[in-house]
Amino acid sequence: MVAGHRAWDPPDLIPNSEVKPCSVSGASVVFGHVKPGKLAIIYSTNQLISFFLKILLRNTQNLLPTMLPLRCVIIMIPQIAGLLSGGDNVLSWVFQFGYIIVFVVFMFYSQRIQMMVMIRDVETHLRRLKLMKDQGRKLALDTIKEVGKPEGDPSNRVDQFLEYIAITPQSMDPAGIVWKLEHILDVRDSRFKDEVKLMAPAADETQLNNLENTLEAAMALHMIYKVIRHFYLLGKKTMSLYVIMQIQMVLPLIMQQADAYKQALGAFAVGQPIGDGAGPLVAAKLMKGYTTREVARDVVVATVPIEGRTAYVLKAKGPGGNVGKPGEGISQIIKEQKGKIATVIMIDAALKLEGEKPGEIAEGVGAAIGGPGVEQFKIEEAIQEKKIPLNAIIVKQDLGDAVSPMRKEIFDAADPVIERIKRLILERTKEGDNIIIAGIGNTIGIGQ
Amino acid sequence: MTENVEPVNRYSPFLLVAILIAFTLSISALYIAVDSIINQTDLTSSYSFLAIGFFGLAITAYILIQTRKRPVPASFKTPKVLTTLECPKCDFKNIRDFERGDYIFKEAGPCQKCDQKMTITAIYREEKKEQNK
Repeated sequence: MVAGHRAWDPPDLIPNSEVKPCSVSGASVVFGHVKPGKLAIIYSTNQLISFFLKILLRNTQNLLPTMLPLRCVIIMIPQIAGLLSGGDNVLSWVFQFGYIIVFVVFMFYSQRIQMMVMIRDVETHLRRLKLMKDQGRKLALDTIKEVGKPEGDPSNRVDQFLEYIAITPQSMDPAGIVWKLEHILDVRDSRFKDEVKLMAPAADETQLNNLENTLEAAMALHMIYKVIRHFYLLGKKTMSLYVIMQIQMVLPLIMQQADAYKQALGAFAVGQPIGDGAGPLVAAKLMKGYTTREVARDVVVATVPIEGRTAYVLKAKGPGGNVGKPGEGISQIIKEQKGKIATVIMIDAALKLEGEKPGEIAEGVGAAIGGPGVEQFKIEEAIQEKKIPLNAIIVKQDLGDAVSPMRKEIFDAADPVIERIKRLILERTKEGDNIIIAGIGNTIGIGQ
Repeated sequence: MTENVEPVNRYSPFLLVAILIAFTLSISALYIAVDSIINQTDLTSSYSFLAIGFFGLAITAYILIQTRKRPVPASFKTPKVLTTLECPKCDFKNIRDFERGDYIFKEAGPCQKCDQKMTITAIYREEKKEQNK
């Protein structure tokens, strides 16, 4: 080859349009060409997308007609890709404008939007709580009308009852507060009983106790609703994120509690045994066939021989919804036996942790009893004076199980608990000893 | 009863704006699709726009319906509670649905086999398997 001389003429130039497509497949065709600077990368991306889409489309074309939406979505993908890549068509401008608007709105109003979402969530739960509260009231009213046969309409009295309050004693000087609290609770209890008697004159003692429990569950739902509504309205009034946030964060737990009370209403209205009755159930099984006497208010005791020992088995008086005063009962028996008690065994339902199975049994020491603490205080006072060992056996369940009709697992736990009691007695006491076995809990639906 | 919280059935303005934007975009996409089909410019793209339009309209309608939807009423579904009756003499066992007035250790009707009075020995609810707590 000689410099400056060509042995052959160069071929004609290949038009650019043949080297690379002039537009991105899809969207840009309608409104014109894509920006040249972005062409190469879009072209390769879209080529890849098209390749995968072709495979997808080929594999889905023989599918059932129900897969049509999937095919539509697949077809749309390059279109959306084209739109979002910043072509010069109108729609892409609209999208870009939309993004800017969203960005600006979120920059200034993100907290407000977050609050609105939270308020909406609280609203939804509040509506549900209102339904629960209203249905609870209705169920209580229906039960009163059915069981109590009142002469007039008890609605007003029920509404007043739902608003009932009990003010706890002043605790600045805590000395003697337990007895003050006990007095308040006693007055409350007797007021409740009187109110229910007036509402349902035809109801017998068992039904009165069940009605009282039903009304208390309705009252709990009413109170939950009012508290949540208070925070919701306060949050809306002050537009404070923190007020709303607090209530929104605890709502799942509160709803769980409300659901439990809702289930309790059904059980109380018809007098079904509830999960909390695990303790009384064990006591009832032990005392069955033996004579019972009332040792304290609403507490019955039976003297039962077990493994050569004398067991004083006590429980709340059933089958009406009742927890009685077991603390008073235990103190009374200790007094009657002049402190000669080898051990006290308490059986109660206890809240399980998530992951634990309902009806699981655990053993330990201490007073297994819930409530405001008055009865626990009395038991602890009575046993520490005489240095009596205090054992506890608990049957695990969640809050919903504790107040809803007794699950089979919890019912079935009664016999293993009795086995544990017998083992405890054999290991911890001598023949001829006196022992106290107390079944703690609501004895609704459980006789003796 | 004090102030009631009215169930919120009014639409939030933000949601309405979002629905409006989605609706406008969907209609625009449908317009573009119809326009290109009529002008025979690019059929593939027009079908895509048609799909986008209908898809957008469907989403708009769905959101609108969802906002009108009322919460499921919290009904009092009574769980199935069973009562077990046992005859102390012949051990005959009978399981039936719970009836108001039943309680554990209550003496119930006569035994079908020996006419002895039966005793309610158990009342419990059977949890459904899927509600594994």
